Amino acid sequence: MPRNKINISDEIEHLSVLNEKGQLDKDLEPEISETLLLNIHRTMLLGRRFDERLLNLQRQGRIGTFAPITGQEAAQLGAVAVLRSSDWMVPSFRETAAEIWRGRTMESLILYYSGFNEGGRIPDDMNNLPVCVPVATHLLHAVGLAWALGYRKKDDVVMTFFGDGATSEGDFHEGLNFAGVYRTPVIFVCQNNQWAISVPRSKQTRSQTLAQKALAYGIPGLQVDGNDLLAVYSAAKEAVERARSGGGPTLIECVTYRLMMHTTADDPKRYRKEEEVQEWVGRDPLPRFQKYLIENKKLLSKEKIDRLETEIKEEIQAAVERAEEQKSKLKEPLEMFDHVYAELPKNLKEQKAQLAGELSGNKKEDGHD
Amino acid sequence: MTNITMVQALNLALRQEMEKDDGIILLGEDVGVDGGVFRVTEGLIEKFGEQRVLDTPLAESGIVGMSIGMAAYGLRPVCEIQFSGFSYLSFHQIESHASRLRWRSQGRFHVPMVVRTPYGGGVRALEHHSESREAFYAHMPGLKMVIPSGPRIARALLVSAIRDPDPVIFFEPKALYRAFREEVPDEEETCPLGKSRLVLEGEDLTMISYGAMMRPSLDAASELKDKDGIRVEVIDLVTISPLDDELFVQSVKKTGRAMVIHEAPRSFGPGAEIVSRLVEKAFFYLEVPISRVTGFDILIPLFSRENYYLPNVQRIVRSARQLLKT
Ligand SMILES: Cc1ncc(C[n+]2csc(CCOP(=O)(O)OP(=O)(O)O)c2C)c(N)n1
Ligand SMILES: [Mg+2]
Repeated sequence: MPRNKINISDEIEHLSVLNEKGQLDKDLEPEISETLLLNIHRTMLLGRRFDERLLNLQRQGRIGTFAPITGQEAAQLGAVAVLRSSDWMVPSFRETAAEIWRGRTMESLILYYSGFNEGGRIPDDMNNLPVCVPVATHLLHAVGLAWALGYRKKDDVVMTFFGDGATSEGDFHEGLNFAGVYRTPVIFVCQNNQWAISVPRSKQTRSQTLAQKALAYGIPGLQVDGNDLLAVYSAAKEAVERARSGGGPTLIECVTYRLMMHTTADDPKRYRKEEEVQEWVGRDPLPRFQKYLIENKKLLSKEKIDRLETEIKEEIQAAVERAEEQKSKLKEPLEMFDHVYAELPKNLKEQKAQLAGELSGNKKEDGHD
Repeated sequence: MTNITMVQALNLALRQEMEKDDGIILLGEDVGVDGGVFRVTEGLIEKFGEQRVLDTPLAESGIVGMSIGMAAYGLRPVCEIQFSGFSYLSFHQIESHASRLRWRSQGRFHVPMVVRTPYGGGVRALEHHSESREAFYAHMPGLKMVIPSGPRIARALLVSAIRDPDPVIFFEPKALYRAFREEVPDEEETCPLGKSRLVLEGEDLTMISYGAMMRPSLDAASELKDKDGIRVEVIDLVTISPLDDELFVQSVKKTGRAMVIHEAPRSFGPGAEIVSRLVEKAFFYLEVPISRVTGFDILIPLFSRENYYLPNVQRIVRSARQLLKT
């Protein structure tokens, strides 16, 4: 009765197509149409500039707390760009670029971050779940959606996003396990941005990679350079094709970096060194992808980018103005009783009436007596 | 004596207790290097080291579950759940184990741990960062549930919670973390669990509240005194469970009028239990029905509307005047 080796798959690959110096591995270059490449680039740039504008609005006190995405645009867009609109996306709370790609308007995001529940509304024709703040809890919803798609014989797939910290929560493990057991068409995209607020990736788990966690659940796992749009796209394409053709779930670990603060309430200087941030600025996904589009694909030029910048700036400004206009129309507090139940129960009807009475009383007290 | 905020007062309690008892271990998300997202544990990892201040992986169930094991062995873990809205990821550990281990093992083991967690609205935060769900924990036999209302009592109460032999859920009113300062003595102070406090004496009406709602209650009391000549008696519950009904029953026997103020939703909230006790123990002294000024039975709205949800001075004053009219 010797100790025999059990042969289980223990291979984890790291995929990089366009490295940080902008050098391209021709053999691995994915085929992406010119239109799609340009669309991805536009949304990347928009995501970056919108992030900057949101930060600016937050600092002026015009919106509340939000989670910046700067540095993570490729990890998000490389993945969602593979989806078709009937597929599903299940975000966490740091997927602004991915949400915009899926059709979420900038004004709805501004409204949401201004503390209006109306900003969280998902249009009926958009297959996204709303933002999910409790870390990792939405992974199981993604698995459930995917199971339901299978049950209804649809060939759509589900893609869900979460961070490196999320892999420590029990729900992450339950999600991967259920997905493996039921072979659901779900793609788990982990944005390993190296930090969970102040806790570095190295303190989150003893595992060498996050991708390897897939192996324990009998599903494929792959690590990619998350700042390399082409690598993320290739990995996502492979995973989506597998899911769509009945091959089950995949875990993709995108190695990326949060260049800004965790949220606007956080001060990263307390826990990380500026040198580390600068190192990652050198791996910024945006200029890397731009270089590829300019030099390799001849699709862009400095002038074209400048024009795009102006266009985007105007687009963001228009969204900010639309959001302001909507906010001014949304002063009605009684709407906080909406959408709690399908039908307002009696106790809430009473409470709503009480608040309405209070509000009209206030008006009187304010001098209309 | 120093004039400090609640954040600093809590920090002082932790620091002084940790100096006295090396069995006290802090654990939670971002409690070490970052000093906690609200800075309550600031400087403690530098002073006590990584063996006593653990920056844990991101897992609430892990934090509480591991604390239970530490406590069963005789240590005194003080864990932090970053926001009470995320404490549900450890709910099963609290309900199924922390509150029951003493009972299940027939006294062989007990769980002298504290779960500190910020609760409540008023800081313009995202979803899950503003709720007030003390009722969940007050409803669990075997558990103690406490909420301080200012820096000085926060410090004393945390000391007592740490020393308590049973598991204590310690809700921190985040709206008060830096809202005001109080003189806090350097020397040790404790605050017995299960005892409420008389904060303001009065004859006409009893207000019963706790936590962040103590301030609007006291402001309302002073407005009623100035404008209406109404003398309000104000009681700070401090401990939600096990509930001390002696003081407020006595008070209502004197005033004949009672109000309960909390930001938690009304139905099945702490107010429901307080009103029941009054009906059971002071019914014949009541001159008017008891009133509750509370949050509505809805999810607290995102911050642009949260001030319409939270009880405020105006609402409390109006309700008090109503009681005095009848
Ligand atoms: C269950 C839960 N616990 C704690 C928090 C508070 N919190 C918000 S984000 C975060 C860190 C998340 O880290 P990671 O998963 O790496 O995602 P990132 O923020 O880096 O995108 C924490 C602790 C939360 N939102 N949910
Ligand atoms: Mg992270």
